[in-house]
Amino acid sequence: MASGVKPRVKAPKKASAGESVVIKTLISHKMESGQRKDSDGNVIPRSIINRFTCDYNGQNIIDVALAPAISTNPYFEFEATIPEAGEMKFTWYDDDGSVYETAKTVEIG
Amino acid sequence: MEFTRRGALAVGAGVAATLMLPVRGAMAAADDMIAEFTGGASVGDSGITLTTPEIAENGNTVPIEVDAPGAVSILVLASGNPTPDVATFNFGPLAGAQRASTRIRLAGTQDVVAVAKMADGSFVQARNTVKVTIGGCGG
Repeated sequence: MASGVKPRVKAPKKASAGESVVIKTLISHKMESGQRKDSDGNVIPRSIINRFTCDYNGQNIIDVALAPAISTNPYFEFEATIPEAGEMKFTWYDDDGSVYETAKTVEIG
Repeated sequence: MEFTRRGALAVGAGVAATLMLPVRGAMAAADDMIAEFTGGASVGDSGITLTTPEIAENGNTVPIEVDAPGAVSILVLASGNPTPDVATFNFGPLAGAQRASTRIRLAGTQDVVAVAKMADGSFVQARNTVKVTIGGCGG
C-alpha cells in the first residue's frame, strides 16, 4: 500500500537537556490482517506495517515489531530522552517493502 | 441405534473436547511464544504494569499500555487471537522510560499477556483479562 499513507508525529519543539519527553505517533494505514475475507469468500492478503523505529541523532529510542493484531492506523506513545539538540527520525517499514519516514527537530531551551 | 445413557455421555464429552480444541490451541501457541522469548527461564510477576480496559466494546481498537522500568524489551501477546503475537517493543539507549502504549485488535474476550526482559536477563510478566463485546478480526 503506497497510497494514502500519512505519518503524523507529535513531539515537543523544545526540551531541556536530559529531559524525558513524550512522543506520540500515528500513521494512516489499513493494516490488513490477512484474516478477513471479501464478499466472494477469498482471503484478503495480509498487508501491514511490520516494524517501526525511532532514532535520535543516530541513537535508538524504540524499535517495535508489529503483528497483524495492531489496529488500523498504528498509534504509538513512548518517552524519549533528549541529551542535546538534534533530529528525531521516525521510520515505518511496510510488508510490501515501502519505507515511510518523517523527522522532527528538537532544540534545547 | 439405541440411545443409552453411557453413549450420550460419551458423545457429549467428545463434542465438548472438540469445542475446547481451538481455544486450547491458541493458549498453547501463546505459551510457546513466551517460552521462546524467555528461553525457558523462570518468569517473575512484579515490576511490570500492563494497563488494559476491563471491558472493550470494540475489539478493533483496544488501547493498552505496558510499563516495565529497567526492561530491554517487552513482548505483548493476545492469547485468544488467531495468531497470539501482538507486538515487541525494544527500547534503545535514549528511551526516556520503558513505557509504551498502542492500540490492538482482540478477537474476543481473552487474556492479554506482557512479558518483559530486564537488563539483568530476568523476565517478568503481567496478565490481564479483557472482555470484548464485538471481536476485531473481521470474519
